[in-house]
Amino acid sequence: MNASFLRRTLLGAGAPVAAVVFAVALSSLALLVSGSSPFAAYGDMIENASRLETFVDILNEATPLYISGIAAAIGFRMNLFNIGVEGQYLLAAFFAAAAGGYFSGLPPVLHVGLILIVAMFVGAAWSGLAGALKVTRGINEVISTIMLNFIAVGGIIAWLIREWADDTGATNSGTTPIDASGQMPSLNGVVEIFTREISKGRQLTSVLLIAIAVGIAYHLFINRTRIGFDFRASGYNPLAARAGGVPPKRMVMYAMLISGACAGLVGMAEVLSERYKYDQSFIQGLGFNGIAVALLGRNNPAGIAIGALLFGFLNQSSGILQITKSATPEIVEIMKGIIVLSAVIAYEAVRRIKERDEAQSAAEATQQIEPSVHEEVVA
Amino acid sequence: MTAAIELIGITKRFPGVIANDNVNLTVRRGEIHAICGENGAGKSTLMKMLYGMQQPDDGRMLVDGKEVELGSPSEAIDLGIGMVHQHFMLADQLTVLENVILGSEPTKAGGMIDFTAARSHFDEVGEAYGLTIDPDDLVETLEVGERQRVEIIKVLFRGAQILILDEPTAVLVPQEVEELFRNMRDLKENGATILFIDHKLQEVLEIADSITVLRHGKTIATVDPKDVTAGDLAELMVGSELPTPDTTDSTVTDEVALFVDGVTVLDDDERPIVDDVSMSIRRGEILGIAGVEGNGQHELVSAIIGTVDPSAGTVSLNGDDIAHWSVRERRQAGVAYVPQDRHAEGLLLNAPLWENAALGHQTEAPYSKGIWVDRAGSRAKTEAIRESYDVRTPNVDVSAHALSGGNQQKLILGREITSDPKLLIASHPTRGIDVGAQAAVWDHMRRARADGLATLLISADLDELIGLSDTIVVMFRGKLVATLNPNDVTPRDLGAYMTGAVQDHDATAGADTAVVPS
Repeated sequence: MNASFLRRTLLGAGAPVAAVVFAVALSSLALLVSGSSPFAAYGDMIENASRLETFVDILNEATPLYISGIAAAIGFRMNLFNIGVEGQYLLAAFFAAAAGGYFSGLPPVLHVGLILIVAMFVGAAWSGLAGALKVTRGINEVISTIMLNFIAVGGIIAWLIREWADDTGATNSGTTPIDASGQMPSLNGVVEIFTREISKGRQLTSVLLIAIAVGIAYHLFINRTRIGFDFRASGYNPLAARAGGVPPKRMVMYAMLISGACAGLVGMAEVLSERYKYDQSFIQGLGFNGIAVALLGRNNPAGIAIGALLFGFLNQSSGILQITKSATPEIVEIMKGIIVLSAVIAYEAVRRIKERDEAQSAAEATQQIEPSVHEEVVA
Repeated sequence: MTAAIELIGITKRFPGVIANDNVNLTVRRGEIHAICGENGAGKSTLMKMLYGMQQPDDGRMLVDGKEVELGSPSEAIDLGIGMVHQHFMLADQLTVLENVILGSEPTKAGGMIDFTAARSHFDEVGEAYGLTIDPDDLVETLEVGERQRVEIIKVLFRGAQILILDEPTAVLVPQEVEELFRNMRDLKENGATILFIDHKLQEVLEIADSITVLRHGKTIATVDPKDVTAGDLAELMVGSELPTPDTTDSTVTDEVALFVDGVTVLDDDERPIVDDVSMSIRRGEILGIAGVEGNGQHELVSAIIGTVDPSAGTVSLNGDDIAHWSVRERRQAGVAYVPQDRHAEGLLLNAPLWENAALGHQTEAPYSKGIWVDRAGSRAKTEAIRESYDVRTPNVDVSAHALSGGNQQKLILGREITSDPKLLIASHPTRGIDVGAQAAVWDHMRRARADGLATLLISADLDELIGLSDTIVVMFRGKLVATLNPNDVTPRDLGAYMTGAVQDHDATAGADTAVVPS
């Protein structure tokens, strides 16, 4: 028992360790080929990340990525490929920012709450559209969500942002800025209790707390609730789930709605604690990066957190490499790809080993009891 | 005379199991050689190695006296070895001839298929071995037995002299089996060597020239069918007497648990696939449905369990019309279900056993509490099922795919029967599991019957149907065509009804005794 427990623990730790070793080796190779010294580049990256301000930057980057990863993971658990997180969060952020800018003089909790609810509602509605198309017309969610991304960004937002622009003359026109009552405070004060003062105007977003809440809620929902069990059952085997009383279409609808509501929160760090409006330079691409983060984290809430932090770290490293010139900053994008690939391969390899272990122990369990059964039959 | 096939010390290991352990086998040229053994005895693995689909870890393989190593099926075909799989691999939308030449099409200049050459070769093969079938028939219009003949011709067309048939009789009714055996004898007379897998002992004794018995991956004996009885063979196979499915005293009560009235299910083309079916099952009764697969049994079951919506008719469970309830409502009302394909409908293969035990009952105690999954309760319940249903597993946290078929089935049966059901639907409950597990499944079903459970049993194993059922109905082309008493019916009679050769007038099961619930 102890030996097998040890083996299982080692195997569990083995996948991420193997993935990291493999990724570092491949990235070093890429650095060497591009004519840079891996040691110099890694040294700069680590030194940069160890500074308090960079750490705040990493957390700020990881926050929306984490929520985006969770949104993608909700779909993945049901074998639904929600590619539409991108469009859902942008559309949600746009309407939430517009709604937030429209009202003024609300009590802070109500104002922020309103913005969050609008964002979740719009995200859910946009994603639910893809769900409804799948349930009623059998349209693959991959196709419909890609289409809906274009409609959201290139259609609705592009059109309405001009209609609703606060200052149509501005080069970077956007929605009316949100009043102070609709802004989330920075967490700098809390962090500074433990550290020195955070300099250079860095503000740690309090949407981080929302992200943590989303992660906990996701874990409880998927692993601990009955409907979460229904979700996972549908993901494992839709036919068996159906025979077990899980209504398949309703599950697809729920998954798309919840995933979309979660996606709606992705842009909130930007809206509530950074930009306070939606404008032409609103951050894009978080939806697609979230898919990579969910893959990296194996749809596991803690794993996704690690993935999001890793991506945040790499994004920050790109800046420092540009300054120190120890390597081209584009190397960071290559590293992201390498890490995701290594993780997928390592986890698959470990899964196979585990599967074989289980089959073996099950076979041993059968053989141990075998003799007594034969006696029974003979008797 | 050199043997057609000689296997010496063949060993094949899979993770955790030795599928073949030092197997020795000699097949003489021109004989019909049967390989017998329980499920899991290693028959299929052995045949797959002979056909080049898997490679032995150890041992030697001789074909016509020459040592060979088969890396792939195409190498086996080159040596004149062909295999007919249990599950046919035919394209429904193509004709017989097109299916036969598929993959080895004779071509003319310019890469066009030479149908003239194909047809004449097809006729030659048919004539040489006495196999008749119209080359221009669409495969989708053929009966199961005819499809099998196409598969055999396909193999012969490629020049096979040694045929491996994997459980060829499993899918056939008795009449078709006779036809197959006639074909096999013709093949033998014309010089073919046949190696076939079977575990129906009477059939083996009837057709084989010699019989090799495998048990736990080892060759136990090669015997002459003239010298042995079915009982001897069974003992060789399982190392003991073969268990039988017979039920003892009747436990049938007067209370109707399930009452199905005029249920019709339409297929995608709006044709009735279940056609006005009426039947009733009383508490303590096992109603068996006999029928060749694909005659609407699965759709009837789906209409009762709720995964298919009947277009007409009522389904009453203890007086409630549940015909349009959701699957979950029905499950909660006490409909238990052992599906025909446990991997497709019964299990979450990648989930741990305790989650599998909860499947279908996840809304009920002890699997859940309110909106939460009760993990401790689920585990404890699964442990209890493991204990009382003898599910052999190291613990309840392993994934379901790690278990053997028999243990998976015992887990499913355990979770269904311990959920305190009012009706058990058992679709092929012993399909693909070994004799030991089979006996256990029968025991549990009998015990549940004695406790007053109403059971709907669908099975292709006619002995099982006759042995377990209190009443047998026969389903043919979506209709119930006969109601029979298992005490005075033989598998042969059943076969006649199943193929539509005989029709009974009283086609409503238990209609005379059924009490229509208000």
